[in-house]
Amino acid sequence: MNCERLKKTAKKGFFAQFSWAFFLFDMNKETKNIKKLIIDQSLELDCGKTIKDFPLAYETYGTLNKSKTNAILVFHALSGDQFVTNINPITKKKGWWTTAVGPGKAIDTDKFFVICVNVLGGCMGSIGPKEINPETNELFATTFPVITIKDMVKAQIYLLEHLGINKLLSVTGGSMGGMQVLQFASLYPDKTYSAIPIACSASHSAQNIALNELGRQAIMADPNWNKGNYFKTNLSPDKGLAVARMAAHITYLSDKGLQEKFGRKLQVKGNLKFSFDADFQIESYLRHQGSVFVDRFDANSYLYITRAMDYFDLTKQFNGNLANAFKKTKTKFCVISFSSDWLYPTKENKEIVIALNASGANVSFVEINSDKGHDSFLLDIPEFLKTLGEFINSNYKEFNNETRI
Amino acid sequence: MKQEFNVISQIIQNNKRVLDIGCGDGTLMQYLKSNQQNDVRGLEPQKNLVQKCIAKGLSVIEGDAEKELVQFPNKSFDYAVLSQTLQAFLTPEEVLKQLLRIGKQTIVSIPNFGYWKVRLHLLFKGTMPITKNLPNEWYNTPNLHMCTIQDFVNFCNKKNIKINRSLCLTNEKISEITNKNMFYKNMLSQLGIFLIQ
Repeated sequence: MNCERLKKTAKKGFFAQFSWAFFLFDMNKETKNIKKLIIDQSLELDCGKTIKDFPLAYETYGTLNKSKTNAILVFHALSGDQFVTNINPITKKKGWWTTAVGPGKAIDTDKFFVICVNVLGGCMGSIGPKEINPETNELFATTFPVITIKDMVKAQIYLLEHLGINKLLSVTGGSMGGMQVLQFASLYPDKTYSAIPIACSASHSAQNIALNELGRQAIMADPNWNKGNYFKTNLSPDKGLAVARMAAHITYLSDKGLQEKFGRKLQVKGNLKFSFDADFQIESYLRHQGSVFVDRFDANSYLYITRAMDYFDLTKQFNGNLANAFKKTKTKFCVISFSSDWLYPTKENKEIVIALNASGANVSFVEINSDKGHDSFLLDIPEFLKTLGEFINSNYKEFNNETRI
Repeated sequence: MKQEFNVISQIIQNNKRVLDIGCGDGTLMQYLKSNQQNDVRGLEPQKNLVQKCIAKGLSVIEGDAEKELVQFPNKSFDYAVLSQTLQAFLTPEEVLKQLLRIGKQTIVSIPNFGYWKVRLHLLFKGTMPITKNLPNEWYNTPNLHMCTIQDFVNFCNKKNIKINRSLCLTNEKISEITNKNMFYKNMLSQLGIFLIQ
């Protein structure tokens, strides 16, 4: 594909969007200054619909070296965005993976060029339900097409072409980010030297679909949701989204982790209040998690992205044989799981390893001991970060040697 | 690198695919990868050792051979290597069967329970033998199924497993085991190394 056909948006996109947004809904005003690439091509989605001339918001860290051998594409998870590290310019909080990415960190931005793209359907500047449909000049809301993990991954290839990167050093991500890693490695085996799927699964389990459905129902049960058209009433389904986040947040932790951190500790020392206020610290913690989430996340995006996760079934894409997803791949894999993760348990991560072995792929696997549940991949767990960093460093050496030859 | 690994690496031809079961910290793997251009994979049950291997750029899977070997396709490796671990499995016969299935050839090394010092230890002290190769007490040894070089050869014959090479090690000295010298080698060797298929 010719890169010149891709237009970088700085001004045009900004003004075009701003004028729509100004009259319709000013929710987008925050995202106007972030890096965006308008993809001047059509992308046929799994659902059969096509999107074209769409924005992809992204962020990069570090510098791309001359030989272009130090680029790492990070995929974010359900509630993440392109702001992997440093201070997120929109939320003013730390990036979601500052434990792993940054100067001197496991994914060292002094050494590597880190790219992260806001996924299709997201709410941080990429095309999604919160963006304006140029055909109707209204927000997409629930008229946005249902997207899949495969669609998300295919869209990101355009950015790599725009940046002139033929082959990445690595692709990595946890949770839904890990699913994108698997999909990427399967679709584009020649576009990455290594792949690190973390705490994920090759096909979303019934339990995970059930939990996502719980979140979606919480949002849709909020009268403010208004069948997705809450921008028309200027009332957003904050309560529904907060409940969805609270329920999801429990699944990111573990029984032991919760017990150790909160136990039965009370919010105010002394006696129970005999009311439905937050007596216990865990209650107030969850309420806080819910309320801060609604400030930065769009309810419709939550519906779309959880749906994409539910639809993810790489095994089915290859007629029931996951090994065929990685046939003849030369990519080096390192699969990492966490002992207390019950959302994407080691067993499911291991199924990926088994398929990779069956296809003769080059794969490492380690389960990291942690009692912090699924969230472990975001936390400062030295054993994990060490493994991640050392795997990437050893691949960097090999990739450079290979490129020189 | 220990002498045993020198022997094993000499048996393995260059540019071949090797699976090292119980690869430890990856010493043998690294040697094979950098000196003999072998395409090497490892399986290791201990997390900390797996992490060491990954740090060295070696492809190693955390897992237990008794459960994990089934996932590897038939004859997917030129060599399957099992160094001094056969005796520690609950079902060594089953593990060996898997190795022979996965590897076009299999290299197995065993600490020889027929070594004269082991025999004398039991004979004179009347307690379970503790030697350099068998450093543990009976109550904390990982070794569940000790055998002698003779036992292993008998086993292969009984199961129609072809022995392509048999070597033994005594105090770093390598020699071939033949039908003629078997009685002595079984008494004088600390370690037996076999190439089977």
